[in-house]
Amino acid sequence: MSSSRSITALDPARSVVEQLRERMAAMEHKPAGQPVPTLPGLAGLVPLHGGGTYAVDSAALGLALAAGASRAGEWVGFAGWSDFGAEAAAELGIELSRTVLVPDPGEHWLEVTAALVDVLRVVVLRPPASVSERAAGVIDSRLRTRSAVLVVHGDWPRAEARLSIEESLWTGPASGTGQLAERRARVVVRRGARPPQRADLAWPGARRVEATTEREVREIRRPADERAG
Amino acid sequence: MRVMVVWCPDWSVVAALDEAERSRRSPAAVLSANVVEVCNGPARAEGVRRGQRRRDAQSRCPELVLLPANPDRDARSFEPVLAVIEDLRPGVAALRPGLLAVRAPGSWYGTESDAAATACQALVEADVWDVRVGIADDLFTAEQAARTAEVQSWVVVPEGGSAAFLRGLPVQVLQDDGPRGRELVSLLQRLGLRTLGDLADLPGEAVEHRLGAHGAAVRRRARGEDRKLFAARTPPPELDAAVPFEPPLDSVEAITFSVRTTAERFVSQLALHQLVATGVRIEAESDGVVCSARTWLHPRHFSARDLVDRVHWQLQSATVGGSLRARKHAGEVRAPIERIRFLPEVVEPAAAHGEALWGNASDDLVERGVARVQGMVGFDAVRRPVLQGGRSPAARQSLVPWGERAVDLRPVDRPWPGRVPGPAPVRVFATPPVAEVVDDAGREVRVTDRGVVTGEPRRFRVGGGVLPWQPVTAWAGPWPTDEAWWSGGSGPSARFQLVGADGRAWLLLRAPEGWSLEAGYD
Repeated sequence: MSSSRSITALDPARSVVEQLRERMAAMEHKPAGQPVPTLPGLAGLVPLHGGGTYAVDSAALGLALAAGASRAGEWVGFAGWSDFGAEAAAELGIELSRTVLVPDPGEHWLEVTAALVDVLRVVVLRPPASVSERAAGVIDSRLRTRSAVLVVHGDWPRAEARLSIEESLWTGPASGTGQLAERRARVVVRRGARPPQRADLAWPGARRVEATTEREVREIRRPADERAG
Repeated sequence: MRVMVVWCPDWSVVAALDEAERSRRSPAAVLSANVVEVCNGPARAEGVRRGQRRRDAQSRCPELVLLPANPDRDARSFEPVLAVIEDLRPGVAALRPGLLAVRAPGSWYGTESDAAATACQALVEADVWDVRVGIADDLFTAEQAARTAEVQSWVVVPEGGSAAFLRGLPVQVLQDDGPRGRELVSLLQRLGLRTLGDLADLPGEAVEHRLGAHGAAVRRRARGEDRKLFAARTPPPELDAAVPFEPPLDSVEAITFSVRTTAERFVSQLALHQLVATGVRIEAESDGVVCSARTWLHPRHFSARDLVDRVHWQLQSATVGGSLRARKHAGEVRAPIERIRFLPEVVEPAAAHGEALWGNASDDLVERGVARVQGMVGFDAVRRPVLQGGRSPAARQSLVPWGERAVDLRPVDRPWPGRVPGPAPVRVFATPPVAEVVDDAGREVRVTDRGVVTGEPRRFRVGGGVLPWQPVTAWAGPWPTDEAWWSGGSGPSARFQLVGADGRAWLLLRAPEGWSLEAGYD
């Protein structure tokens, strides 16, 4: 009976594969368009949406991705962050009273992440060294049904976008004088096979800075490189 | 209506001596503003009097135990006495600590003397030795009767005999009525009135003209005509709840399943009084002794589900295994539990914890989800970050177990001199890894006692040789601190900000025992 119904439901005028895809998407119930708030500095660069997984290679980027949702009144969680910097998180606008922290989930990291994804909007995870495809699949399906966002600090088999810091420069300290003041970083966003997208961000605040400062960044950086070499 | 008054003389001294765990026979006095407020019999025998200065009292009686005044303590310790009398006859009024009034029991205990004897005996059994009882038609007469009684004895003034009983008493008995009473006594003595009978014989209008409304009231009292009533207290409700297990249970799952209805009853019982509990003590008994007791604080207030979770965690932590529970042994308790008790330690009016107009649906959802995580990894593995004051990044934050209230936080709004300026580090290491920092010649960089850096940091590495050397492109510091030197702190140390060749900045601490990596600006 089910086979006859599926045959009648298919429209012979359109491609069968496309129709099956639509049906799959409907079954998966993917609220694909549901956007999750981000910081203004990241808005154009990585628009977060429910069900997505984003990999970052820096703790500062992980905090910045969670900060937008927290500012908008959502709950966020951090799993596997034994070195959580509460003050830095608060400076970025993360509301600590709506933050769940599991510093060391140990061997239960998969169950803990799945349970957190159920109730929180953004979960930032630092997974153990290797994550299997199967484990990633469990979390991914859970993310899609709950329309939550997973930010992974580290490697993840199927990430929608990978953010990494390409160049980073701190202004402020010299040889013993001054203090850390501002950080300029070039962030690269890689999405599958698409060409990578670059943007300059400035901390504190993860603000977007104009590309005109790009040259300055290089100029300042050059002597430092020489000295290092 | 007949009134029975129970008087425990020098109650503040008795309460203070009990609290200080001293013998009740030693001479003692309770002082307030360096003046003796109350003293006990042995002290009086040595010549200590009320109103004496501390120095004078000590010169009369050098071994005098001096105790601070504390009205709360007196009232608190008088509570069991009220409960004992309440058992005999409900409707007790506490006039002040050490003095209580109750409607005299009619013929239930036989005669009134028998009733007084029963009260005395009950109190002596409750370890209150100095107790005197008076029974009369009105409150004032009953109090005076109690004051004339001997230790563990009673005086019964017959019906209609108040005036005759009071006649012979000196006017000094009015002194207990505060400063106004003392003034009146002094005035009456100067007028040549020695006894209450003298005052009672004066014409009413004349007393009112000369001494005012208070004087007239005192005269009425002295004539035994003051039928003042007293407000009997309602006994405070019992809010704790307990559930016995017969036979005793030895599995955490079974216990948590069985306490659910009791937890619900506990919460609804509080709700009946428009109260919510924010601190609850949970006691588990096995073999007749309390084997596990712990006070839990809630950031908001306890619901029945929260209580069941707390029972689970408390018994779980008493079982084998650490914070991450081993699944094989999960759910076994050391000894079979035969009773679980919930005692409300902090209750607050429910109005202070009302829900928002549209409810807190999403927060409830999060609470339940987090409780599930706590069930997996143990209750203290889930934390809530909070900020506090301090100098190092690790000291400036605190990770409070989820569902507990943060206590003993250092204030954030103080200046905290010596703390590192600039943006806060993103990564704060709970256990700082060992690091090495060397100068051009490869010598370790140190900081002298006067805060001078011995060389310019050129290279650093972390983890004692596991990771390669990294050149330093820029550095700032030192920020010297010497914390808790008065109690054997870590010794003088200094913090540095180092920027590595990859553009990452780190916060390093130079302590007397070496370098360590405190935080990262990743």
